[in-house]
Amino acid sequence: MSGERMSAIVSVKDVTKTYDGGFTALKGVSLDIEQGEILALLGPNGAGKTTLISVICGMVNATSGTVEVGGYDIVEKFRGARSLIGLVPQELSLEPFETVLNSVKFSRGLFGKPRDDDYIERTLRQLSLWDKKDARVKELSGGMKRRVLIAKALSHEPRVLFLDEPSAGVDVELRKDMWEIVRGLREDGVTIILTTHYIEEAEAIADRVGVINGGEILLVKDKAELMSQMGQKQLTIELHQPVTQMPEALSGYNLSIGNDGYCLEYSYDTRGDRTGITSLLSDLAAQGLMLKDVSTSQSSLEDIFVGLVEGAA
Amino acid sequence: MNLIAIKAIYVYEMTRFFRTLLQSFISPVISTSLYFVVFGGAIGSRIETVEGISYGAFIVPGLIMLSVMTQSTANASFGIYFPKFIGTVYELLSAPVSYVEILIGYVGAAATKALLVGLIILGTAFLFVDLQIAHPIAMMAFLVMTCFSFSLLGFIIGIWARSFEQLQLIPLLVITPLVFLGGSFYSVSMLPPIWQSITMFNPVVYLISGFRWAFFDSAEVSIGLSLFAIALFTGVCIAIIGWIFKTGYRLKS
Ligand SMILES: Nc1ncnc2c1ncn2[C@@H]1O[C@H](COP(=O)(O)OP(=O)(O)OP(=O)(O)O)[C@@H](O)[C@H]1O
Ligand SMILES: [Mg+2]
Repeated sequence: MSGERMSAIVSVKDVTKTYDGGFTALKGVSLDIEQGEILALLGPNGAGKTTLISVICGMVNATSGTVEVGGYDIVEKFRGARSLIGLVPQELSLEPFETVLNSVKFSRGLFGKPRDDDYIERTLRQLSLWDKKDARVKELSGGMKRRVLIAKALSHEPRVLFLDEPSAGVDVELRKDMWEIVRGLREDGVTIILTTHYIEEAEAIADRVGVINGGEILLVKDKAELMSQMGQKQLTIELHQPVTQMPEALSGYNLSIGNDGYCLEYSYDTRGDRTGITSLLSDLAAQGLMLKDVSTSQSSLEDIFVGLVEGAA
Repeated sequence: MNLIAIKAIYVYEMTRFFRTLLQSFISPVISTSLYFVVFGGAIGSRIETVEGISYGAFIVPGLIMLSVMTQSTANASFGIYFPKFIGTVYELLSAPVSYVEILIGYVGAAATKALLVGLIILGTAFLFVDLQIAHPIAMMAFLVMTCFSFSLLGFIIGIWARSFEQLQLIPLLVITPLVFLGGSFYSVSMLPPIWQSITMFNPVVYLISGFRWAFFDSAEVSIGLSLFAIALFTGVCIAIIGWIFKTGYRLKS
């Protein structure tokens, strides 16, 4: 997978989790998360994303395997490990009758940090919650509750932040705000792990993308690398006259005929130094084929993701 | 020890308590007053004295114990059940706090609330009956110990419970009968001999007897036995909680 990384702040080794009912939600997960990166964990419902986060954060006991956070074993040295971690859970779990400010202050205290009203105020302002500081949680909209959860997680100045589906039930505007905050945190050196179903989210903010399905990590790659490695590009050539049969001289190319012969599809790898486009075009001209239009398209993370998940199933 | 965390839990729980100040304080005062009117006034006027003490005064220790035991259990069980119910327990489990710290925070707050209620009832009692406390320090000690031990019991119930029904089941089925049958409103010596023997298996008898001794300097069972009973009860609760914490029973999957 990610190989020998020097600066892993979270190191998961061979973690399995079998729930009491006998269901195995994690089947030997190993994952190194680097200091200061944004890692997106992408996976369908039931993939094991929340379970993995719950093991790292201490809500679920792993059946086997070990996890270290900042060099602290999460069981043996749970205080050291957990002090570094902030968690924004998937569910909107908040005490309804408590005020926003009290909820956030409580979180800071619970993590053993001395009172710091300035820091709390800054955090709430950054999340546009300062106006609502005296409102009871139950009076807030869903998106605001999500922000309160983020404020609680940030209240104790974590070095590693887990966001379990931060954009569930959040509108486009707030999602953009949240990405801004996430980027700002990374600038301060905070490591961020977020889970998502949305490819665009991973594509927009992650440095690395991990794909998890059926309790297994299928891959972890730099986003750009992933897209260029796996990203095949398609060149679509539209013709004036249809071709019924692939000319002999073009058989060396990875070409397919579409649209009743009016169209040729050429797939190539963007990694290669030579894409073969120049020679293909001159060979087409040599065959006397008249080109009407040319277009290219690149497969998105989504295509890659769907391909991986289907391949594994 | 993460003292800041213990304080955070304690203060948070006490805030919840003061938010519902009316229920928290007014209802015990009203129900105590009713007890005095009905038992002390209406019935007590025909009973004269029990073991040389006016009936109105005689029931005071039992009444306080009844409230303190039910309050401690209810406070502590609700305190830890509620975060489980609404899902905020994730925060406790992911925080750098040990189980002992969680326990101290929750049980400390539950016991404090129950103690306040007990003292308020005692204050109310002074309005209705002529009352002298023979051993005030022992009285306080018994009160505090009872608050803590029953808060421990409540904590266990709160962790065990999977629904609000279960949360109320044990207090309803076990604690209330034991307290009523434990001599809150009568002297055990007033019972027929066979019931006297059966009653001796009721741990609450020893608590009420000890508490009553602190008021009137006379007890049905020896004070040493009372202390032993409360120590035993506390010890059993702590042992169960230790096991819960070791296994993560109904807290972690
Ligand atoms: N407490 C539990 N007891 C038994 N099985 C569980 C428990 N929690 C989760 N599971 C199962 O484990 C699997 C993984 O669940 P998990 O919540 O980790 O998935 P996820 O990737 O977070 O999914 P989603 O995208 O829907 O949030 C699912 O099949 C789920 O049913
Ligand atoms: Mg999930």
